Amino acid sequence: MAENSIYGLMAEYDNPDDLLHAAQGAYAAGYRNMDAFSPLPIHDLSESLGYEKHRVPFWVLFGGMVGACTGFGLQYWVSVIDYPLNIAGRPFLSWPMFIPVTFEMGILFAAFGAFLSMLILNGLPQPYHPVFNVDAFESASSDGFFLCIEAEDPKFELSETRNFLEGLHATKVVEVES
Amino acid sequence: MASTAPEKEDPTAPAPVLGPGQTYTTVTQKISSIITSRTPLGWIIGVALALGLMQCFALGVTWLLIKGVGVWGLNVPVGWGWAIINFVWWIGIGHAGTLISAILLLMRQNWRNSINRFAEAMTIFAVICAMQFPLLHTGRPWIAAYWLLPYPNSMGVWPQFRSPLIWDVFAVSTYFTVSLIFWYIGLIPDFATLRDKAKQKVSRVIYGILSMGWRGSAKHWHNYEMTSLLLAGISTPLVLSVHSIVSFDFSVGLVPGWHATIFPPYFVAGAVFAGFAMVLTLALPLRAVYGLHDFITDRHLNNMSKVMLATGLIVAYGYGMEQFYAWYSASTYEGYMMQNRTWGPYSFEYWMLILCNVAVPQLLWIKWVRLNPIMLFIVSMFINVGMWLERFIIVVTSLHRDYMPSSWDMYRSTPWDWLLYIGTIGIFLLGMLLFIRVMPVINIVEIRLLVPRKGHDKKPDHDASADASAD
Repeated sequence: MAENSIYGLMAEYDNPDDLLHAAQGAYAAGYRNMDAFSPLPIHDLSESLGYEKHRVPFWVLFGGMVGACTGFGLQYWVSVIDYPLNIAGRPFLSWPMFIPVTFEMGILFAAFGAFLSMLILNGLPQPYHPVFNVDAFESASSDGFFLCIEAEDPKFELSETRNFLEGLHATKVVEVES
Repeated sequence: MASTAPEKEDPTAPAPVLGPGQTYTTVTQKISSIITSRTPLGWIIGVALALGLMQCFALGVTWLLIKGVGVWGLNVPVGWGWAIINFVWWIGIGHAGTLISAILLLMRQNWRNSINRFAEAMTIFAVICAMQFPLLHTGRPWIAAYWLLPYPNSMGVWPQFRSPLIWDVFAVSTYFTVSLIFWYIGLIPDFATLRDKAKQKVSRVIYGILSMGWRGSAKHWHNYEMTSLLLAGISTPLVLSVHSIVSFDFSVGLVPGWHATIFPPYFVAGAVFAGFAMVLTLALPLRAVYGLHDFITDRHLNNMSKVMLATGLIVAYGYGMEQFYAWYSASTYEGYMMQNRTWGPYSFEYWMLILCNVAVPQLLWIKWVRLNPIMLFIVSMFINVGMWLERFIIVVTSLHRDYMPSSWDMYRSTPWDWLLYIGTIGIFLLGMLLFIRVMPVINIVEIRLLVPRKGHDKKPDHDASADASAD
């Protein structure tokens, strides 16, 4: 469609180490709007691109707390408020008997927290993304390693960035249509 | 044996977990080819068999719903029969999947990478089979919902939260949901691989939807790895809690032979024992049929055998302790229960249990047995049977002669018990076969992590044979 508007430049690499070096090089050169793509998690790669913070753990803890409170609250409300029953003379709030359900609900909601926060933080599900316009990108899920510097980056300049990426041992550099 | 000879020079160096010469390209190709290749004849035969077994389930359920639970062999004093036996058996089998995917991940046991996917699938289908029994034993499941799940109903009553049976409902449904989430998260990047490898439009679209647009970006992996780790962290106490709660079904009761503090750890160990036996029962044929020897290596067989041996010894200790308690408690009822269990009318089942779970697994001390697929398969089958017998012994021998001799009776299963049990094996087999056909049976991403990086660097020409162009 719009030939002039490109999403960015994508460099292909042969192996994880070259990609890691390229990512570190690009970050050191001042590029910030970029992403690396690989078929397997690469140690230090996300850190070298500047993703330091882990947000998932907070949501797991949050989910776990909400779940445990929900579980205990449910049992408290049922057993003490809504329908108190005298079971073998035990107190209505026989809390030790409520621990298993409280625990299980905590785990359940923590898992929901992990799953949903992972998807939302990663922007999934996402049916379309410009990087899929690159033919060779199919191999990003099997044996290809890619670094994409986006046109949005203030430092992005088509020919200069292309030369820069080629200087970082890229096997191929292509333009990504937006 | 011969293949492990080179490692003998340095006994501390572990045998490889991945066959030699594998690259990112070859592992992706090999594992996805199981799905993209033509349907093998054996798979079709297997599905036909599984569907046949499922007819037993349909028959058993239909008759049960028409007539009620009286068609089973239940009567006073044995009010719990095959339904709880089968439930505990299946749940126990599921536990190995979570142990492999969660606990071994936390312990950084990377040999688990090639077996975790189908062990997790096994968990899912085993829990599905297990859940049939608590539902069906109510006889009229559609009426029973109000005392299983807390929902506002017209009678204004709620489940009894002080009962281990309700803890079970929460534990098992949480376990199923968390296992499913964990499994699915692991599958997302592999679905992306299949999306990119798919030859047909339909499969490309389906795998595309399932992969949710996964791009394998550094940011994706950043959150993905943390999520996997945290899910492993929360699954670990979960899996221990599930079988502990299952054991509370018994140990909270006052029946002789049930009311023992050893039950939770003994049940958890038994679950792992049974689960690893089932993993081997599935993995050995799978490895032979699809030629996965590079991924499921001798080291895997060796390690799984050792886990079975260790947990089997814990289970044997449990049996010993039950005998000890019966004597040390100085309780007439406990003492009689154990004497009756060992020498009474069900003594044949008891000694078969000892044979299957205590005697036969001792063969695993021998390295030749641990590395011989046929021997290992036979030992695993013994354990599968033995763990079923263990639950039979616990349930039946404890109940059939309890406090009041005037109510003593024998318990006999009926053909309807058999039909339901065999039927759930059909459900399990069908689930596993469908899984093998449409999903990567081995976690491709985690196998890529096992590919040695340097070996890969030396082969810059692997792109020449890039499979990406095949599409």
